[in-house]
Amino acid sequence: MRFIFKTDYEQDIRLFKHGGQVFWYGLLGIVLLAAPWWAGEYVMSQLHFILIYSIVGFGLMMLVGFTGQISLGHAAFLAVGAYTEALMQAAGVPFVVSIASAAAFSAAVGVIVGLPALRLKGIYLAIATLAFNVIVEEIITRWESLTGGNSGKHVKPVEMFGYALESDAAFYYLCLVLATMCCLGCINLLRSPTGRAFVAIRDSEISASCMGVNLAKYKTMSFALSAALTGIGGALYAHKLAFISPEQFTLLVSIELITIVILGGIGFLHGAVLGAAFVIVLPQLISLAKDYLPEGTAALSGLQATVFGLMLVLFIIFEPMGLYGRWLKVRTWFELFPFYRRGMFRRQKAYMKSERLR
Amino acid sequence: MSFFRAESLSIHFGGVVAVDKVSFEVEKGEVFTIIGPNGAGKTTIFNLIGLLYRPSEGRIVFEDRDMTGLNPSEVAALGIARTFQNIELFEHATVLQNLLIGRHRHSGTAFWEELLFLPRVKRAELAHREAVEKVIDFLDLAHYRESLVAGLPYGVRKVVELGRALATEPKLLLLDEPSSGLNPEETDDMAFWIEDIKKELGITVLMVEHDMNLVSRVSDRVLALNMGAAIAQGTAAEVQRHPAVIEAYLGGPA
Repeated sequence: MRFIFKTDYEQDIRLFKHGGQVFWYGLLGIVLLAAPWWAGEYVMSQLHFILIYSIVGFGLMMLVGFTGQISLGHAAFLAVGAYTEALMQAAGVPFVVSIASAAAFSAAVGVIVGLPALRLKGIYLAIATLAFNVIVEEIITRWESLTGGNSGKHVKPVEMFGYALESDAAFYYLCLVLATMCCLGCINLLRSPTGRAFVAIRDSEISASCMGVNLAKYKTMSFALSAALTGIGGALYAHKLAFISPEQFTLLVSIELITIVILGGIGFLHGAVLGAAFVIVLPQLISLAKDYLPEGTAALSGLQATVFGLMLVLFIIFEPMGLYGRWLKVRTWFELFPFYRRGMFRRQKAYMKSERLR
Repeated sequence: MSFFRAESLSIHFGGVVAVDKVSFEVEKGEVFTIIGPNGAGKTTIFNLIGLLYRPSEGRIVFEDRDMTGLNPSEVAALGIARTFQNIELFEHATVLQNLLIGRHRHSGTAFWEELLFLPRVKRAELAHREAVEKVIDFLDLAHYRESLVAGLPYGVRKVVELGRALATEPKLLLLDEPSSGLNPEETDDMAFWIEDIKKELGITVLMVEHDMNLVSRVSDRVLALNMGAAIAQGTAAEVQRHPAVIEAYLGGPA
């Protein structure tokens, strides 16, 4: 077990808390930077998806995991980002500008969706965002002059400073840089007043407002931030797929995205990455497993959705803290061996909550 | 010119008049206590002052400023902090993080600065931590600094909540039953802290309390409520002797 002897306030806010973290994150960084050398074409492609989904995961984690606002409509922000990028690229706008616009436009839409969140909670908010997803999907399908409707839209590879990033490695580095930037942005927010305000809203809206947190402002901000990150993810997604159509942004995708944060571990940024990796790798595992399944089952079309649903339910029942929570438990078990207790991570039921006003 | 004034404050929920034209004034630097039997409307008055409820009638004036139309976060920004009767802490955060939320009204950094964690944000963070550390020192919470609130005993949570309110550096501190759920020793500590808050930190305290021992020990003035209406006001001893108060608690002659 590591005990950190604190002698300075700065130790609480610095990025790496101790030498061990520097080592492991450094190693991770090197392995990721070297990926084009050790990964084959197939693995590279999976890494692209994992990084893109991680960015979306960060966005969703800030909203769901840290601000406590549920969204079942994030595929819509993904779509807004993807179509903004596709249309702007087609209009000849440079990539740096177009991806920033994708983020900004998604954020603006996020603010609009955030407005009902000021009045709605829990399942009602989920339904409102779900409706938003359907609306956006419908708009994209109908507005054929702009989006190409159901026949979709082709997206060319990213072009930066006159070079087309056509190779897998180039696009990979682009995704890696953006994902790292998004991650750092989230970490920075979480160690500043804004991040604390988000967490305060999640844990107790009433006492957050009594501490001077403007609920309307911070909830809207959280939605905008979440939408912006998802928009960036959407823009990269469009380039990765090279072809976008309304079917890629359905309600099922929204559920897949929320699966990222739940499986990964609500309330941990690590969870977003782990969840993204899991959601990308799981379908591959399923298709591998199909070879060993009886003839009839392998042909069933709903197999993937069933497994996803099953995983979600199992995680919620047996490991509500998700993959990252499981990792924390395993690590603590080794650190404290043989003194680990079963109840160590159990969240205690709160005492009576006072003054439930609404 | 008065520090804090409630003018004929009333609220009714449907036909129920919870608070009926209650007026009182709090002087700067005093401990003002509101007492009354269960359901007298004490906590409702607190929620009115915090503007969690909108008064149906009357005004609330703080430092000569009518704050009746504000929303709760703006009230906090004026320098009014409160604790809750049944504790409303951020359960899944550490004590330190809870207190840091109290610093929210002093945070002046913009969103984009925080996104990049500019040196200015870092300096502000260090200053916040120093301020919080003073509160931790004051309330003797050092032992629990890094503990999750969810795992702390009730008495400690109560102190953490007091600390969170103090971290806002309020001018007026509203304490809703600071001793409820505490054992005699903890209540004793609470009495010391309230005295220190008044004397050392110079913060005006407005509290609701049942424990008459604590009330007579720390309060400068006491207001007694019954059925939403003010029935007596004065020093603790005067109010305790007041016939209307005795009647409210024990019932009048049949």
